[in-house]
Amino acid sequence: MEKKTSLYEKHVELGARMTPFAGFIMPVRYDTLISEHMAVRENVGMFDLSHMGEFRVKGPAATEFLDNVLTNDAEVDVGSAFYSTMCYPDGGIVDDLVVYRLDDTEYLIVVNASNIEKDWAWVSSHAKAFDVETTNESDSTTLVAVQGPNASQVVSQLTDVNLKELGFYHQRMAEVANKDALLARTGYTGEDGFEIYVSSDDGPALWDAVSEAGSSLDTGPIVPVGLGARDTLRLEMGYALYGNDIDHTTTPIEARLSWVVKLKTEKEFIGREVLARQKREKPGRYLVGLELQDKGIAREGVDLFEHDRKVGEVTSGTLGPAVGHCVCLGYVERGYHKIGRDLEVEIRGKRKNINRVKLPFYKDGTHL
Amino acid sequence: MSEIPEDLRFAETHEWVRDDGDGKFTMGITDHAQSEMGEIVMIELPSVGDQFDSGDVVGTLEAVKTAADFYAPLGGKVTEVNESLEDSPEKINQDPYGEGWLVSFESDDGEAVSGLMSAAEYRQHAGD
Repeated sequence: MEKKTSLYEKHVELGARMTPFAGFIMPVRYDTLISEHMAVRENVGMFDLSHMGEFRVKGPAATEFLDNVLTNDAEVDVGSAFYSTMCYPDGGIVDDLVVYRLDDTEYLIVVNASNIEKDWAWVSSHAKAFDVETTNESDSTTLVAVQGPNASQVVSQLTDVNLKELGFYHQRMAEVANKDALLARTGYTGEDGFEIYVSSDDGPALWDAVSEAGSSLDTGPIVPVGLGARDTLRLEMGYALYGNDIDHTTTPIEARLSWVVKLKTEKEFIGREVLARQKREKPGRYLVGLELQDKGIAREGVDLFEHDRKVGEVTSGTLGPAVGHCVCLGYVERGYHKIGRDLEVEIRGKRKNINRVKLPFYKDGTHL
Repeated sequence: MSEIPEDLRFAETHEWVRDDGDGKFTMGITDHAQSEMGEIVMIELPSVGDQFDSGDVVGTLEAVKTAADFYAPLGGKVTEVNESLEDSPEKINQDPYGEGWLVSFESDDGEAVSGLMSAAEYRQHAGD
């Protein structure tokens, strides 16, 4: 039996098509995927992301602990946020996550829904060696994301916070719709936007307030957006998805996430030795952006070729509604991974041309 | 609840068939099927003259998130394909029993059409 978020009844009232996802019953689309996708690119959309997991890390050694368990540097300004991977000693990825520094000694980390149990076991067991307390707040937290170029017009109606002073990848505690919230300028769409974390008791009231505030924009009303468009939005930006593009068998170096591996600092963290060696010696494959040149859609699991040699595999593929053609992420053998390299995919027995291109696929995103 | 015309016959794999007389038939996918798939953005159609047995893959529909084959409800030979879908696959969503038709074919297996589902049977099958 799947879990329901605090907003389940809202989705049903809106006529959403619901689907099981990562142990939850979630909205996949309310209207059409493409209309929801384009609303986020051109105006503003709202998402229920309450299936994501939230762990609070608090205590004198909070920074030291996160510096040990995460690959990115936790020594950031209070009020800022960062993206990181969390790795096994062999460099494989436990999860990728967003971290908010709430105070000198307090952080909130947000993990993928499909990994909550595994991550909690990993984080809480490693925390034992440090002077920190960890709390799993996943079940009591509702997350509503408001994403799109006009997102601030919606959120500014709900809070006294001057949004001009809340930069991209920054956050603060605030009242939003008269509820205690963590208001963060983060997201996974490539557009400007906010993620608003509240107690699940306040979830339905927050959802209604966002919907109401977004109903009277000159540019058209805010629309609810399901997980279908969430996936096409992230893929147009070339963002990796855990379970598709990254997992315990891939490393952040292979996935071109070296920018979240703090090898320039002296900090010891889990996986450092393997990742440092892999960076130095170069991995055997890289996760890259690919655009299909012919008609069709290359999807997850499709093989990539250069002539007769198999050189890789697509890990995510979709039609990009805003770019208008098929965009993919996939692993390609080193040497065949360079930009401009012309490869082929085989779709239902037919060879099609696919080119290695620079990310993001969608280049007009409004994120600050 | 999706639209299910009374004068058509239906396959378990959610294709409809219309008997055009003289051993000629037209097929498409049902309103239920297009609604389940979401926006169809590309289509692969067979060529005129292609021959199929009942149950063979005739072509493929691509939605944003999924691809789905469609199957021959009867054995036969393709006489015409709806080429307008190459540029406007959305017709399959907008008008699945009309402008969104997929393939016309001739069949000497016409008797088998009575073995396909009626509208009432299909409604039950689709769970609408």
